[in-house]
Amino acid sequence: MGLSGFAFGVTSAGSGLTLLQTCALSLLVFTGASQFALVGALAAGGSPLTAAAGAFFLGVRNAFYGLRLSQLLRLTRAVRPFAAQWVIDETTAVALAQPTRRSARLGFVVTGLSLYVLWNLTTLLGALGAEAIGDTDAWGLDAAGPAVFLALLAPMLTSTTERAVAGLAVVLGLGLLPVLPAGVPVLVAALAAPAVLWAEGRRRGAARKPGQPRERRETPDAGEWRETRAGER
Amino acid sequence: MNIWIAIGATAIGCYAVKLIGLLVPAGALERPLVRSLAALLPVALLAALTAQQTFGDGRALVLDARVAGLAAAAVVLMLRAPFLLVVAAAVAVTAGARALGG
Repeated sequence: MGLSGFAFGVTSAGSGLTLLQTCALSLLVFTGASQFALVGALAAGGSPLTAAAGAFFLGVRNAFYGLRLSQLLRLTRAVRPFAAQWVIDETTAVALAQPTRRSARLGFVVTGLSLYVLWNLTTLLGALGAEAIGDTDAWGLDAAGPAVFLALLAPMLTSTTERAVAGLAVVLGLGLLPVLPAGVPVLVAALAAPAVLWAEGRRRGAARKPGQPRERRETPDAGEWRETRAGER
Repeated sequence: MNIWIAIGATAIGCYAVKLIGLLVPAGALERPLVRSLAALLPVALLAALTAQQTFGDGRALVLDARVAGLAAAAVVLMLRAPFLLVVAAAVAVTAGARALGG
């Protein structure tokens, strides 16, 4: 993530944001995928709140990292508002990999602080670099954003469920692009997640016991899926 | 001004979800359906964003040098290369294809 701050700075500047706006995003938002999504949606002409909604939904996963971290680190209530900004993919991965609470806390702080400094410095350098380069598209830098998304997505495609969600989201995202206002198709594509879950629940439920009520069907399916995920981590 | 509104809304929203995770009691978000939705939501968003930013030009769909760049990134990803190399491959191949007139 640290080094791709450079890619973010370049992409953001290439999307028409000023140096100050680019740096404000990295300082205040500090979650890479959301930042890329926001500047991409703004560059495509999306309204500010539509663009922010897409970025927000990408950031929702951090709440679940926070949940695991709060059990692991046992931070006092006074410290939590300060620790919150560092709750991201990388700090969670490092903290969860530690054998003791003490080293988990140390790992969280060291990773959080160093990534925060590095991410913001490289954002600044990237934005300055983009201004010096001029036409960022000529250097292929408009491909950096989608490449970042693809690199984040690839490790998540572990089973048929994820691939089905991704496939449906691509179809919705591209199919609706010409007809809906900028930024909205991504939000509609997000519905691929509940749609696939619902379809799977129905299919498995029907295969097992045709007459079973729906509430009974959903729980074992989702539980089964959750166990698979936990096993992978 | 619009951009600052977007930045403000994103900053507040993204900070709030991080803080909520740290503040809610354990178990509040542990319902299986909530967890699987939360895990699948980024998959849907990232897939749609990747596709749109590869093929989209405003509200039109186009085939240009970015497609070659993203194909290169996919190949490099399958070789299990590090994150930065994936992005670098996409940028370099896109620039190359564009220079060749793609």
